[in-house]
Amino acid sequence: MDFKDTPEQAEFRKEVQAWLKANATAKTKDGGRTSQEEAYERAKAWYQKVYDAGYACPTWPKEYGGAGLTQIHKVIWSQEVSKYDEPDGYFVIGQGNCGPALMHFASEEQKTTLLPRMASAEDVWCQLFSEPSAGSDVAGLRTKAELKGDKWIVNGQKIWTSGAQHSDYGVILCRTDTEVSKYRGMTMFFIDMKQPGVDVQPIKQMDGGSHFNEVFFNNAEIPDSQRLGEVGGGWGAALLVLMNERLAISGVQPDGFPEFFELVQTLELDGEPVVNNPVVRDRLATWYTRHAGIKASTNRMLTAVAKGGMPGAEAALGKLVGAVMNQDIANYALQLMADTGAICDDALAPQKAHFQKSVLFAPGIRLAGGTDEVMRNIIAEQVLGLPQEPRADKGMAFKDIPSGNQH
Amino acid sequence: MNFDFSEDQKFIQEQARNFLSSECTTARVRQTLEGEQAYDQALWQQIVELGWPATAIAEDQGGLGLGYLELCVIAEELGRALAPVPFIASVYLAAEAIKLGADKAQQDSWLPQLAAGEWIGCLAVQEKPGALKLGQLATTVTDGKLSGKKTAVLHGAIADKAVVLATENDQPGLYLVDLSASSVSRKSLTSIDPTLPLAELTFDAVAAEKLADCKDIQTLLDTLYDRAAVLLAFEQIGGCDAALAMGKEYTVGRYAFGRQVASFQAIKHKFADMFVATELARSNAYYGAWALSADDAELPLAAATARVSAIDAYYECSKENIQAHGGMGFTWEFDCHLYYRRAQALSLILGGNPQWKELLVERLLRIKAA
Ligand SMILES: Cc1cc2nc3c(=O)[nH]c(=O)nc-3n(C[C@H](O)[C@H](O)[C@H](O)COP(=O)(O)OP(=O)(O)OC[C@H]3O[C@@H](n4cnc5c(N)ncnc54)[C@H](O)[C@@H]3O)c2cc1C
Repeated sequence: MDFKDTPEQAEFRKEVQAWLKANATAKTKDGGRTSQEEAYERAKAWYQKVYDAGYACPTWPKEYGGAGLTQIHKVIWSQEVSKYDEPDGYFVIGQGNCGPALMHFASEEQKTTLLPRMASAEDVWCQLFSEPSAGSDVAGLRTKAELKGDKWIVNGQKIWTSGAQHSDYGVILCRTDTEVSKYRGMTMFFIDMKQPGVDVQPIKQMDGGSHFNEVFFNNAEIPDSQRLGEVGGGWGAALLVLMNERLAISGVQPDGFPEFFELVQTLELDGEPVVNNPVVRDRLATWYTRHAGIKASTNRMLTAVAKGGMPGAEAALGKLVGAVMNQDIANYALQLMADTGAICDDALAPQKAHFQKSVLFAPGIRLAGGTDEVMRNIIAEQVLGLPQEPRADKGMAFKDIPSGNQH
Repeated sequence: MNFDFSEDQKFIQEQARNFLSSECTTARVRQTLEGEQAYDQALWQQIVELGWPATAIAEDQGGLGLGYLELCVIAEELGRALAPVPFIASVYLAAEAIKLGADKAQQDSWLPQLAAGEWIGCLAVQEKPGALKLGQLATTVTDGKLSGKKTAVLHGAIADKAVVLATENDQPGLYLVDLSASSVSRKSLTSIDPTLPLAELTFDAVAAEKLADCKDIQTLLDTLYDRAAVLLAFEQIGGCDAALAMGKEYTVGRYAFGRQVASFQAIKHKFADMFVATELARSNAYYGAWALSADDAELPLAAATARVSAIDAYYECSKENIQAHGGMGFTWEFDCHLYYRRAQALSLILGGNPQWKELLVERLLRIKAA
């Protein structure tokens, strides 16, 4: 066990620090958060810059646009970049989820052309899994792909697709057989999002933003060469994506602690910084143990991956703990501001109204990538080996299973 | 960077687990719990023979010269097995106090004895409820004789020697006292966990040898507590694991409403939360273990973090394990209360959760200011 860098890692860290110092935007005391849309253009420019410097997707092989380094180098990169105000996790869906799927299933030619463009964010990718009747129970999805010659014809609807409005490609899970049981009738592909027959409609979220979308497919075409994995093997492929998603998220997902720590030192109540209040200190200590625990757990998982392991279901814990805490911290921060806590103007509320925005955005983070309940099911069944949920749809052909809203 | 124990350390842990799972069953732990003995002498003898007390003592001082990482993995197993032995008192507290406060000659004479289990040590600091305040100590030393009363001394009734905190000419310091002296009286107290027994020690002008290298006693005690906090955190996560495993096993085998109790989602989610709390505590403890073994400047924050999360996790695992057992969980016969008692007792050694949370925040702010 050694939490310090080896000489080679220290060298890498120094190099990264020097590069960031010259190229990244420093954090201001009043940092705050920009909305996803505002951040988009900045993120594109940042990713390109990182790519040009050779730091994009550190763990990917060089021929696919990465840096050919280890998970530990990636940890070093993340630690250093988190000291700056840069949208480094913005395209995590593409690089964290879709990337590994391509790496695993795409042809060599596809990998050498598409992955570098994903690494530089020249191409933006989205993940098309959820549907109106298939979220937690994602295997209940209905979007249909039918083989005609060497093309698949896609019809149906996806929903909650983050960033679809900006995306060039998407990884999509489709129903290719309704006669077999639901887990066996799916196939995964990647699809060109800019083609005719793909219609993206942004959805207005409860926080007022429109980061996620509905996507309608009307005879959209996918060449069979864009199939990822076997016909009918979509579920296994999807699990691979979801595992990577959790590990990727647990590295970049906000848990609210750094902003809260800053706030309690600057916010004053009755002429004293609120951090002097024993009740606040109690909360601060509890949240710090979770914040530190998530970070250390993520690093432990990456050590296991670096030694050749697969990201395991344990990765669900970072998402579960961090997302709930992020919401609770934002709520508590507003309570500390008392009456003025309801003011959302960037110019007036601390950290450009970070906590007010977070209160309204945090519920979505708890849902995206699997709800709290689904995370707990995963831990209980896949990590602890407890009995599976009794399933009412066991042994039924997909077409006979009721799903989604029936009211 | 490498956030895991080495293969050798894992091997030591596996050996310890195998040994304790056959030798330190809960049936055996119960002999101490039921008051048949103050501690398990035979088990302690075996542990001494295995060399565990010598783990983090240097070779030239009679130790094995391994290190704190090896001691951490052993601690986890002792915690898992609820070992009713004076390991905490003698190894994490007395030996570490001597390492920190004694001079070379004293260390050369005492550490080999502790490593070989020739005597059992304990640490006597507390005099009344609440956080320890150095300025308010009533135990004093005059002309080499120590007088006063100490309470909540872990394994104080059976230890051979105690490291005692006392003031001499208004200067607090640590003193080694032989507890077999006639001027020492000992009273066993009823402890919430009889397998970690407490005692009150009264000293009436007993001969005491000052640990000669105690300069800044506050810093020394802070370091001593930080080291112990990390080691205790490993005992606690071992206990968390055991409580979780016990709850799983019971509910998988029990049926209600025609289903395994462990198939009910409320029960599964309870276990998922116990697992999450344990993993966070484990990861924080690993960080503490590294800071301890590397004697890194981050030890104070890492230790406080490890301690708070381990206290929270063990409380959660041990209390929910009782609930998952239903009425059986509330019986003396079932082992659930052994973990619950142990969780309470471990959380109260060296200050409770509020005290450690306060230390954590102070340290966090200090680092921020630097
Ligand atoms: C901000 C945001 C971004 C997203 N981005 C994407 C994206 O890019 N791509 C994509 O494919 N999807 C995305 N999603 C969709 C997300 O994965 C789903 O919303 C989520 O999995 C929940 O599915 P659902 O909305 O259908 O809710 P439902 O599954 O209908 O859940 C409703 C409630 O039922 C509970 N529930 C359901 N099943 C169980 C069970 N077995 N046990 C216990 N409780 C259960 C849930 O926990 C929840 O509380 C995004 C969602 C959000 C909010």
